[in-house]
Parts: sequence; structure tokens; C-alpha cells
Amino acid sequence: MIIPIVRTAIVSLRRDRAALALSFILPIVFFSIFAVIFGGQHDSTAKISVILVDEDHSRASLDLVRGLQREGSLRISTRPSSKTKEPLPEYTAASAEAAVKAGEAPVALIIPHGFGDNPISFGGDQGGTTIQLLNDSSDMIAPQMVAGLLQKAGMTSMPEVMAEKGMKYTDQFIGGLTPEQRKRMDGYLEKLRQRENRQAAAGTTPAQTDSFTGPIAVKSRAVVGQNKRNPMISFYAAAIGVMFLLFTASGSAGVLLDEAESGTLDRVLSSRITMTKLLMGKLTYNTLLAFTQLVVMFLWARVVFKLDFFTHIPGFVVMGLCTAFAVAAFGMLLASICRTRAQLGALSTLLILTMSAVGGSMFPRFLMPEAMQKAGLWTINAWAIDGFTKVFWRDLPVKDLWPQVSVLLAVGIVLFVVARRIARRWEFA
Amino acid sequence: MNVPSISSAPLQPLSNLLESIPLEVVSLAKRFGQVQAVDGISLELRGGECLGLLGPNGAGKSTLIRSIVGRVIPDEGSVSVFAYPANTSEARAALGWVPQDLALYPRLTCRENLAAFGRYHGLSGGKLSESVAWCLDWASLQDRAGELAKNLSGGMKRRLNMAAGIIHRPRVVLMDEPTVGVDPQSRNRIFEMIEALRGEGAAIIYTTHYMEEAERLCDRVAIIDHGRIIAQGAHEELVRSVFAQRSQVLAHFDGPPAVIGAWVEQHAGRLLDGAAEFTIEDSTLIAGLLDDAARSGLKLVDVTLRRPNLESVFLHLTGRELRD
Repeated sequence: MIIPIVRTAIVSLRRDRAALALSFILPIVFFSIFAVIFGGQHDSTAKISVILVDEDHSRASLDLVRGLQREGSLRISTRPSSKTKEPLPEYTAASAEAAVKAGEAPVALIIPHGFGDNPISFGGDQGGTTIQLLNDSSDMIAPQMVAGLLQKAGMTSMPEVMAEKGMKYTDQFIGGLTPEQRKRMDGYLEKLRQRENRQAAAGTTPAQTDSFTGPIAVKSRAVVGQNKRNPMISFYAAAIGVMFLLFTASGSAGVLLDEAESGTLDRVLSSRITMTKLLMGKLTYNTLLAFTQLVVMFLWARVVFKLDFFTHIPGFVVMGLCTAFAVAAFGMLLASICRTRAQLGALSTLLILTMSAVGGSMFPRFLMPEAMQKAGLWTINAWAIDGFTKVFWRDLPVKDLWPQVSVLLAVGIVLFVVARRIARRWEFA
Repeated sequence: MNVPSISSAPLQPLSNLLESIPLEVVSLAKRFGQVQAVDGISLELRGGECLGLLGPNGAGKSTLIRSIVGRVIPDEGSVSVFAYPANTSEARAALGWVPQDLALYPRLTCRENLAAFGRYHGLSGGKLSESVAWCLDWASLQDRAGELAKNLSGGMKRRLNMAAGIIHRPRVVLMDEPTVGVDPQSRNRIFEMIEALRGEGAAIIYTTHYMEEAERLCDRVAIIDHGRIIAQGAHEELVRSVFAQRSQVLAHFDGPPAVIGAWVEQHAGRLLDGAAEFTIEDSTLIAGLLDDAARSGLKLVDVTLRRPNLESVFLHLTGRELRD
């Protein structure tokens, strides 16, 4: 009696392509995406972009720059990339800070004048010229890695300097412990203890302060998000919002399939409504629906998570409408491709989850390998999240949203035009 | 039954309404893959006339209707509505279509459904309100105006489906099996609605595979089979043209089926659902037929003498029953 039930279920599954796709293709796709991101494919692991400004041009600073350039996990830029053959001028402290603010790199290092005279520090006021580390606080990993690698580069790329300074410190601290030396040593140890206690009380990590973290003195400063109360809220509001917008839009566009099946579509098209008018009406409705969803999502983030919503209204409206338009057009395309609701359900789940994983809705794209980051640019999610990040994180003006706005509008228009062409199958028999 | 007057709401203005034929179909043909759905159909519908399209499922009735309404592009032939080609805005305005499916918005109320389809046909403001009120009255749905379509009974849904098809007050109405799946009481209500519409001058095409409906509602009947009109005319005229003054005898016999079969064949009759059917020139010939049955050893159970009907005509012309 059990075998006939199993047999019936197998036959039914075999004939249900939607269920087959969800059962077998979706898990494989997801597994592959996560395997690529986290599977330790070292040749494609994401490198951290670091902007490096050497104001000193001393032997020590040049050694340090070379040491950092040798680090395989860093991509060091000393000047902006040029689209022509003429190289652009090197970054300055100001232009490096602007570049981090604009999201061109998560970290900038500024080696100040005089670094070569006093490159090594054992912390505090014991010497060492402080290197500035400017960071974007939305990326919590990059500054810590860069700070660590900076110390490593210092240790390995400046051996002479290290030896010379080591002798100096030995003379200073070990050359016979006179009462005066004992007092100094005790004072220094006390300072270290106090610093440790302060860090523990503030819950901060060494990389986020100007603490002693190695022989090279580093002072970190967040140039983006330093005043944000909750760094990742705007990111997740956009990231999760876009993913669910895609689901809602495809479901809402699927009403077309219901109407086609019930004959309502036929009846509507026998009136004065043409297919183009009908689809434009549905697109308008779906765009407004998606925009309303975003408004609700961000208002919730404002009320519950204190997202700074009301000071970003213009950018939100621009990004919200463009995202909603692209997402609505995407839904229309899916609905026009599919023949049944079941097909639509399977295809939309497959595509939307894949797009969301690759496009940064599930975890930030900067954590992904480079190839995956580039692949993300083929998704609506990535452009939408980038745009919202510019608005809410970087506080950039509306005019700076032009790349995201252009891409989302173009995507929306292209998808709608394709959907309109495919919808010809409903127009006449 | 109180059916409202259609003249209370304005009809669609058409400049050449009076001088043109409401609907003219010429040599229409449509093939879907290997299936010739419509095969050279020509017909004409006059003002105030109700033309029945009678045929079994798959005969091509719906394809013909969908071609007229512009939802199917024919391979050959033409359709004109008051001299306007099908699918022009003038033709669309003059045509009302009641599809076989319940083409409604289930989550809208009756009133909202009618208003939505009215707007799709370009109605607005006072005209729309007036037309919605008239349709609710016509379909006897005034007291259910605020009910969601999905919550209506089957018969009410059918009536709302019909009302949505004539919300813009068309002069030519195409009804594709509007009584499918409704109980006899609702069916009678629908007949009354159609008769009221007809009485007000609308030209109607009514497709069905129920012979009784065609006989009751239609001035003329076109019998369709395999995409062709195989006979056309008033139903009495059709019966007369096929059977003249002949009558039909239906008799049930008790006996071995093989013997009954052989005897029926010998007398040029046929077996239908266990009954022997014969066409006889004169009703007096029935006595001789029954005598012969008795001599052949068949025991008569019952016998009926009847005038042939449209079903008989269909059977005679196609060799198949209408509901096959």
C-alpha cells in the first residue's frame, strides 16, 4: 500500500517542473553561490582596496609603501585610476578622505611628513609619527585587517629602522635601571594598564582608537558613518527591502496570469484597453506598491531602529521610485514569460533568491570575491543597495545618485519593453 | 418579472447605425496548428435579431465569437460591425461580449466590477453611474451590489458576467454559452434577461449546445460542426427542410440486443441510448412497424411518436449527437 503512494508522488513530481526546479536546481544554485563566497577559493578572495598617501617620501616611508604593496590581500592605490593614458595626480590627504567618503575604498592610509625621522613607536608619547587610517565604518573588517597588515609590513619591510630604534629603546629602557629608569618603566606600565582598562570600559577595539597596536603608531578615524547611531540599519533596510520588493512585484504581476486564465484579460482587451495600456497600468500600480513598501520599511527602521530617515527624504524618494520601477518591470517580465502561476512561483523564487545572494541582499558585497562582486552588478539589488547606501550612509547629495538612477531606470525600461513584446502572445490568437 | 427598459440609458452613438448591417462575417477561416477551428463561415446578423449558434463542444463556436470580438485574428475572411472592421474602436464600442468563462474580478463587488468594465469602455461620471445602475437592475443584482463577486452564487455570477458584457450598452451582443453550469431557475432568469435585451432592439448571437435554448431564444439557428455552418434558418424551417412532413418514432424493445440491432438496421433505423429511432413519412405507418417487430419476436416496452427537433436535424446532418 505504501509503494503505490510513493509511485504516485514520484510521477506527480516528475511532471511538475516548478517543484522539480525548486527541489533540485535552487539548492544547487545556492550551494554554489555560498561555496564561491566562503569556500576559500584563494585566487579570487576579495582584496581590500587601500588608498595610500605618502607625504613623507623618506626611505622608511618608501620601504613601508613597498611592504604594503607586496601584501597579496591589499590592493594599494596611490593615485586615482585614469581612463586615459595620462596618469592622474597622486592622492592627497584631502582627496583620499573624499574618496573614502565616496565609497571608492573602505580605507585610506596617510603617512605624514616626518614619519621617516621617527617611524617606530611603543605607544603613547614615547615617539613614533602617527599614520592616519581613514575608514568607512560600514566595513568593520577592512580597517582591522589593514591596521594589522600595516604592523606586519612595518616589521618586515623596515629592518634597519627596526634595529636602530630597537637599540634606542634598549638604551632608553634597559641600560641600567637607575631609580629614574625604574620610575619611567613603572609609569609606562601604568599607562599601558590604564589604556587597557579604558578600552575594556568603552568596548572598543584597538584598531578603532589611537592605541598601541604595534611598533607603528596609527590613529584611526571613521570618515563615513562616524555620527551614525546604527551603522547597518540603512543597509539592511535597503537590502532586505529590495529582496521582498522583488517577491511582491512578481506576485503582483502574476495577477496577469490569473486574469489570463479566468478570461478577464480577454474581456479587458476586447474593450478600449490595449495591451500596452494594460501593461503600463499594471507597471504603474506595481511601482507604487513597491514604493509604498519601501516607505513602510524605512519608516519602521526610523521608529524602531532610529534610522535617520527624515533628513534623507529627497534621496530616498529618488532611489525608492527608481528601485520600485525596476523591480516592477522585473515582475512584469517574469509574469509575461511564465505560462502558469506555478511556473512563476518557481522561476521567481529561483531568480530572486539568486539575485539577492549575489546582489548583496543577504550579506554585503564587499565581503565577496571580486568576480562575485562584479556579477552582482547584473542584479537590481546591487544598484539599489548602492544607491540607498549613498543616501543614508554616505550622506551624498541626490546628484551623486546618477549612476544608480540611470542603471535602474534603464533596466526598468528594457525589462518592460521585453515584457511587452512577450505579452503579444496574450494579445491575439 | 420586472425587466427594466433599455431605453432609460443612452445607446452607443454610431453614425451609420441605421443603414449598415449590425454584423457581417464573410468566409472566415482560422486554423490552430493541425486543427481547422473555423472553416469558411459566412453569416449575417440583422438588427434586433437573435441568431443561435448550435453545435457540440469543439465545433468552432467560441473561435468564431472570439474572431468577431477581435481576440482571434482570422487566417482568412472578414468581420464587419456596422461596416467597421473588427478590432477598430468603432466595432469594439458597438460589440458587447459575454465570454463563456466568468471573466470577473473576484475581489471586487458587483458594482465595482461593472464600474471597472464600464471605465475600460470609456464610460465615466453620470453615464457610468447610470449604466451601472441599469445593469444591476437588469441582472436583478441591486440588493447584492455591494457583495464581492467571489461570494455570489453560480447563477448570480453568470448574471454579473452578462451585465459586465453589456455595461457600455452595445448594439450587438455576443453571448458564449451564458447558461453553462447554472440551475434551471437561474437559467430561466437569464432567458428573461436576454429576451428583455432583444426586445429593446439589440442584435444577439447566442452560442449553445442546448437545443431547447436555441429553440426558445433564437429567431434563426446556424448549426456548426467541424468549423462549418452545415445548416442555417429558422428552426421550424430547418426541421422542415431536413424532415419535410416526416415524423420520428422512438421505441424501446425487450429482447436480445443482437436481434434488436439487426431488426433496426433492416428497417433503416438507428439505435440511440438503447432506443430504436425511425423516421416515417406518415404517422399511420407506425402500426405496420410495430407489427413487424412483434413478428420478429421483439417485445415492445414503450413507443413515442414525435416531430423532429433541432437535435434531430443535427443528428441527421452530422451522424452525431449534439452533446457528444
